[in-house]
Amino acid sequence: MNRLALRENISALLFLSPWFIGLLVLSLGPMAVSLYLSMTDYTMLQSPDWAGIENYRRLGSDPRFVKALQVTLTYVFLGVPLQLLTAFSLALFLNRGMKGLNLFRAIYYIPSILGPSVAVAILWRQVFGYEGIVNGFLALFGLEPRSWVGDPSTALYTLILLLVWQFGSPMIIFLAGLRQIPAELYEAASIDGAGVFSRFFRITLPSITPIILFNLIMQVINAFQAFTPAYIVGGGQGGAMDSTLFYTLYLYIKAFTEFRMGYASALAWVLLAICGVFVWLLFLSSRKWVHYES
Amino acid sequence: MTSAYVRKKRIAYAKTALAVVFAVVMLYPLIWMLSSSLKPQHLIFRDLSLWPDTVTLENYVNGWRGISNISFAVFFKNSFIIVLFCILGNLLTCSMAAYAFARIRFKGRNLWFALMFASLLLPHHVVLIPQYLLFNSLNWVDTYMPLIVPKFLAHDAFFIFLMVQFIRGLPIELDQAAKVDGCGHFQIFVRIILPLIIPALVTTSIFTFIWTWNDFFSQLIYISDPRKLTVALALRSFMDAMGQSAMGSLFAMSILSLIPIFVFFLIFQRWLIEGIATAGLKG
Repeated sequence: MNRLALRENISALLFLSPWFIGLLVLSLGPMAVSLYLSMTDYTMLQSPDWAGIENYRRLGSDPRFVKALQVTLTYVFLGVPLQLLTAFSLALFLNRGMKGLNLFRAIYYIPSILGPSVAVAILWRQVFGYEGIVNGFLALFGLEPRSWVGDPSTALYTLILLLVWQFGSPMIIFLAGLRQIPAELYEAASIDGAGVFSRFFRITLPSITPIILFNLIMQVINAFQAFTPAYIVGGGQGGAMDSTLFYTLYLYIKAFTEFRMGYASALAWVLLAICGVFVWLLFLSSRKWVHYES
Repeated sequence: MTSAYVRKKRIAYAKTALAVVFAVVMLYPLIWMLSSSLKPQHLIFRDLSLWPDTVTLENYVNGWRGISNISFAVFFKNSFIIVLFCILGNLLTCSMAAYAFARIRFKGRNLWFALMFASLLLPHHVVLIPQYLLFNSLNWVDTYMPLIVPKFLAHDAFFIFLMVQFIRGLPIELDQAAKVDGCGHFQIFVRIILPLIIPALVTTSIFTFIWTWNDFFSQLIYISDPRKLTVALALRSFMDAMGQSAMGSLFAMSILSLIPIFVFFLIFQRWLIEGIATAGLKG
């Protein structure tokens, strides 16, 4: 290695040293430890007891794990498509010849900024509570009040609505993507006599597929890790009949209220595997439906 | 005036009207919380109208007293301290890492970059428990160290990625000219690159502010001393301690907790929106 290359390597090492330490101490090291812990029984009181794959085997017969998985998958598979559909529709709505685009774009973005906070989770609990405004509104039509967050058959849907409500940031990404579609494409299509629908399905939709993929991946990962709304609405537990027992909430309960660190680590790895499989499937399927310019 | 022109105009008005209606429906819950926080406690659930008949600040006065004699002033101060250090850490270490990835040719750069990118997608929960055990063994539980130190180790790869994209967009001739003048990497970084990536630094600060302020999970795990609670944690405790009987005060403090991010949003919304759009498009 010549002296210049050596100097470059040393410079890089200096600039990257905080990140290297972080990678080692906060990411790679903990991943290895977590994998080890997931195969032990560990309560922080004594050293970890080797258990092999026992923790993973126990998951199948743990009704709360099954419930948490069910709740989270419903949340992800109903919430994310609905959120992205809302985001995309509004991006289309705002994109063409809209006066005050910047203003509306900013207003629609507000829920995305405030939404993840504890304050909004508290608000949601009240809005859909027994005395909330949803019931106040329904009373106008003579409907009986009910606690939407307290009823196990509806509680999860109020949280899905909270996710959909935060459609602003994918909407902004869609809008930016729509702007990148060359206007000539539409002009050419119009000259060829293409109607609104065929322009949408032949130009807009194919051009935007890479952005749909990006938004899907980001929002799916986000939704799998949602925690705050479930914690606040369910009062730190899974809500009525565990109807809002999000996966991360169950993990939190196992790790930090029951201090079953081994079992919780296994839960974390299963979450990683599920997330990984879905992201992988998205990438795999993207070859069929994502259109890349050559 | 042609009828086509009139029609076009009508459609434009209809679209604007629709957009306004949608905005009102969407913001309705937030407006309701604001108006409820200004109503006397006993009227909050009886009078669901948006415009309070009697406006009072008693909810704010009562709420500000906080929990077990610790005022909300303390919780706000705590949150601001954490946010400030998190921003400092991210600005310093993420920009350093980004410079190396974008401008220094070193061994295995592509591999390390791929690793950095992969860490973007890694769910935080996998490393959560070992991190907790580590910080616990350092006696850092119930201090702000577990919340702040990771930021000084460039743990938020998202910002490294954002800045790498930004630096790559700068003309390399600038660096080369400086090199000819005898500048090393440190000087190029400080004198040339940093001033030019100020937009990315601002975006990083804004997002760090919002994410740290809204964070609940890590604060919940690490902080339990009542005097050290953050605003998010204090709201949770307040809710548990008071219940429905103090909903007015809870709403008032919730509104106050949203004000810093809201103000930040008002000031920086252009930066924010551009930040999301570019990070999203280039990703």
